[in-house]
Amino acid sequence: MNTTAPVVQVENLRKTYGSFAAVDSVSFEIQRGETFALLGPNGAGKSTTIEILEGYRDRTSGHATVLGVDPGKGGLDWKARLGIVLQSTGESGNVTVREQLAHFAGYYPNPRNVDEVINAVGLDEKAGTLIRKLSGGQRRRVDVALGIIGNPEMLFLDEPTTGFDPEARQQFWQLIRSLKSDGTTILLTTHYLDEAAQLGDRAGVIAGGKMIDIGAIDELGGAEARVPIVRWREGGVRHEERTHTPGALVASLMADGAEPSGLEIIRPSLEDIYLQLVADHATAREVENAR
Amino acid sequence: MSTTTSTPTAALAPITKSSVGSRLGRNLTLGLSRTKYEVRAYFRQGDSVFFTFLFPVVMLTIFAVAFSEQNFGTEAEPLTAAAFYLPGMLAAGLLLSGLQNMAIDIAMERSDGTLKRFAGTPLPVMSYFIGKIGQVFVTGVLQATLVLLVAGVAFGVELPSEPSKWLTFAWVFVLGVTTSAVLGIALSALPRSGKSATAVVIPIALVLQFISGVYLGFSMLPTWLQNFASAFPLKWMAQGMREVFLPASFEVLEQSESWNLPGVAIATGLWLVVGLIVTRITFRWIRKDS
Repeated sequence: MNTTAPVVQVENLRKTYGSFAAVDSVSFEIQRGETFALLGPNGAGKSTTIEILEGYRDRTSGHATVLGVDPGKGGLDWKARLGIVLQSTGESGNVTVREQLAHFAGYYPNPRNVDEVINAVGLDEKAGTLIRKLSGGQRRRVDVALGIIGNPEMLFLDEPTTGFDPEARQQFWQLIRSLKSDGTTILLTTHYLDEAAQLGDRAGVIAGGKMIDIGAIDELGGAEARVPIVRWREGGVRHEERTHTPGALVASLMADGAEPSGLEIIRPSLEDIYLQLVADHATAREVENAR
Repeated sequence: MSTTTSTPTAALAPITKSSVGSRLGRNLTLGLSRTKYEVRAYFRQGDSVFFTFLFPVVMLTIFAVAFSEQNFGTEAEPLTAAAFYLPGMLAAGLLLSGLQNMAIDIAMERSDGTLKRFAGTPLPVMSYFIGKIGQVFVTGVLQATLVLLVAGVAFGVELPSEPSKWLTFAWVFVLGVTTSAVLGIALSALPRSGKSATAVVIPIALVLQFISGVYLGFSMLPTWLQNFASAFPLKWMAQGMREVFLPASFEVLEQSESWNLPGVAIATGLWLVVGLIVTRITFRWIRKDS
């Protein structure tokens, strides 16, 4: 495998359950060292997609490779190069954090240092505590630690920070940035747009099993979606105008010298753009279904 | 695309491409690591320690105390309740530490996501099984030792002194505990959830114990029930244990009036093979697409 080949290649990926298509013609690539975020509402097909790539589910059709291997046929040496943080883990955990990590480190040919990983996820003080006695957020950090203990080339993170407090999320982001700087390739699913913006190099938005947009984080939704919005009130009526030249518009509003009430200039945030994308998709679907 | 990578982080020994010898070595090394891990976790689990580990000792104590006035032998050759129930309790220990413990444990691990996590690591299934069977073996040995100690020290049961008896004990124990563990792994596929595991498994184990001469003297059972119980391995394990610990005069009470040790080996061995085949066919880390 040459180093320029994408680490993850997905083409026309499809997964159906009966007549329901959970994933429908999804295509994307992730380059080595890149962090790709999959965004989408609940039930959109994010987890199904990531679980197909992790080897947990079989695809109905389409093409997929991870590190050059078909994930449906990946062996132990392939798994040794992956790190997986599943969406839900809830084991009883009658072992301490350090025992668990030291034990899992033994599965991998080239693991990270156990204490360094414990430190990286901020569990130094809990290293000797039984996992079942940890809080939900702390257990989630153990999941993340187990995902990176094997020193993976490719890391899957399925909604990794659900249940984290803001400080823990900041620490987690720092950890992911350091993994990125080590050259780890990352596929991340998340509900949090700020998380995608903080960590992702590129993102794909999935809704209803379809990839409705894909691109660099700051280009999602296209240039039009980023056109600033000017809002003001005039005679009790709310006005809203999208314009590339908000300054000129404001100046024209000021032409008669009266200050417009409730004046705002808004640059759509990633969240606004994302919500608009998903809403547009839902509307398009309804129109299609109505035909 | 070649099969080797040239990235700096890929300084990984290709596991499946190594020789068969070193792969076996890796399976065993990880299996031993799993055994240590499993034993440690087992003894931290309060309910499993009570219901599977201490249960035979508790039952032996109850029988020994409840029937302390009764003679289970003859006028000429008296036998205490503790001595009479000892072989049955040892056989029950094999069933509890193996079948009951494994079937519930693995069903729970399947439902709580432990197996799903393993499915995403390079842990070989074989090492997982070695760890499970190793845990059953270690806890089974400790359990049997405890039962024998309590019987000998607390209730004055005279333990055999002939090495040949202990040799029989050793092979019946090893064969029995292995068969029981493997059948437990096979049975773990039956419960549909971790919550239902105890409800599915414990009645099976309990019925087997009642019809196989653990709590009720086997010779007291009607012939048809004896024949039915003979289709299952526990009856044979208990019979092997009776040969070791009961006086020779009890041999005539057995089916065909013989301890029938070859029968013990064959029946238990057949169940071991059945368990291995069922496990090979049914065991998966996860049920894909469920």
